[in-house]
Amino acid sequence: MTRSDSPGGGTATAVPAPGAMAAGMGAGPARRRWPGATVGYGLAGLAIFFGLIELLPRVGMVPAAYLPPTSRIAEALAVEFAEPAFWTAVADTLTSWIAGLAIATAAGIVVGILIAVVPHLREITASSIEFFRPIPSVALIPLVVLLYGSDLRSTLLLVVYAAFWQVLVQVLYGVQDVDPVADETARSYGFKRWARIRHVLWPTALPYVMTGVRLAAAVALVLAITAELIIGSPGLGSRIAIAQTSNAVPAMYALVVVTGLLGVLINTGARLAERRVLSWHQSVRGEVIS
Amino acid sequence: MIRVLRQAGLVIALPAVLFTAWWMATLNSANFYFPPLRTILGTFGEVWTGQRFLDDVLPSVARLAAGYLAALVLGVSVGIVIGSYRRVRAAAEPVLEFLRAIPPPVLVPVIMIFAGIGDGMKVLVIVSGCVWPILLNTVEGVRAVDGVLAETARSYGIRGISRLRHLVLRSASPQIFAGARQALSIGIILMVISEMFAASNGLGFAVVQFQRSFAIPSMWSGILLLGLLGFALSLVFRAVEARALAWYHGLRRTQRSS
Repeated sequence: MTRSDSPGGGTATAVPAPGAMAAGMGAGPARRRWPGATVGYGLAGLAIFFGLIELLPRVGMVPAAYLPPTSRIAEALAVEFAEPAFWTAVADTLTSWIAGLAIATAAGIVVGILIAVVPHLREITASSIEFFRPIPSVALIPLVVLLYGSDLRSTLLLVVYAAFWQVLVQVLYGVQDVDPVADETARSYGFKRWARIRHVLWPTALPYVMTGVRLAAAVALVLAITAELIIGSPGLGSRIAIAQTSNAVPAMYALVVVTGLLGVLINTGARLAERRVLSWHQSVRGEVIS
Repeated sequence: MIRVLRQAGLVIALPAVLFTAWWMATLNSANFYFPPLRTILGTFGEVWTGQRFLDDVLPSVARLAAGYLAALVLGVSVGIVIGSYRRVRAAAEPVLEFLRAIPPPVLVPVIMIFAGIGDGMKVLVIVSGCVWPILLNTVEGVRAVDGVLAETARSYGIRGISRLRHLVLRSASPQIFAGARQALSIGIILMVISEMFAASNGLGFAVVQFQRSFAIPSMWSGILLLGLLGFALSLVFRAVEARALAWYHGLRRTQRSS
């Protein structure tokens, strides 16, 4: 395992975990202030983007049957919002997302800490983890379809499989980062194994765990919607598939926009949660001070 | 010598145990969905060598390679432009954040409208999914070019192509590789999904076909092959990365030990 895929290397606005920062990951803590000018540019960018989509089909650069103008998509979006079936679909998607994420996070943390605490387990499991991790979760689609059909369990299994590795790998990075001096100190003060896990290992690993959860949250949404799209279990994905087969192009675009908004919400929410949980941590505190 | 043997033992032990466990557990399996591993491995040789390798595996891998490389070129070049100008970055950021947040498989139906269901559609789907992590990481990497280095390059009169090559791309490359690694796993997923949607050949198509015709051992062998492909590609990626970023890993080691 190289450490280059450690936290902070992943997404643009990550709060890098301490290991990555100390190692000179380059980016440093992403200091985001939003002075008026930046917001202005951002809004202008969005306006240009939506303006282009409005304009391109209107002037006939792209057939409107392929890409409806922004206003038509917005109309379709309003229609969707008024429909109870749409909200059921959103609820279905979010249910499998949160359930899958919760299971994967719990399993990833437990397995990761177990691997760290039991002697030699790390060396023994390393090769298997390296083998299983890159297996694309969609390879399991045919299997889960046979086993569970278009059930919620199919979606859940895929989500859990994909999200689990994200969490586990980060937990493993995190537990590697434990300061030997702190651990020895705790030991000489007579801390029992459980107390050392609780007071030394866990606080060290927590920033990595949060990075893992944030990455897993994004992956879980992708897999939840993918599974619905391909397998047809109820949710936003299958609604998109229905819109596609019934040739309701504006509705399809509207639903794609909804999935994007959900993604943005989840990303932002995960980042906020990360900052809250790690408010005591150097990487977050340093940002506030500077 | 003993250390090497011990090391090898540790690497092989668990995979061997898992393999044996699977083998034994399904040895006389009468469960239709979980055929004996022996049967799966036997089918693997039958199914995936010969004609099917040419008809399904090669086209899939070729589409993945085409889409991934196109995304790499596109993501890095656009990322450098956006990352170099503060105002462009500020304007593009919300749009990019939104586009990146769209789950890539959702774009399959959208792209199908434009590009039909041919090879072009699949390559386009792979590009549309892979480009975001590469693009955003490049932007971030270019933004974070070390100020002292940039000033030094400027006072030595290094500009244009050589500035790009020796300063910008160099300093951004660890970030670019981090993005490229994410993009690779997305690419494999999209390769499979675009073929599951509509295709006449390809790995994803073949596996779904086996599942629909209840050719269970063949289906299992396809899942195994997809797993092996993912594993092999990540090995290749790591080899390339180790070579290209050798300077960077060395730098980090010295920083760490100091």
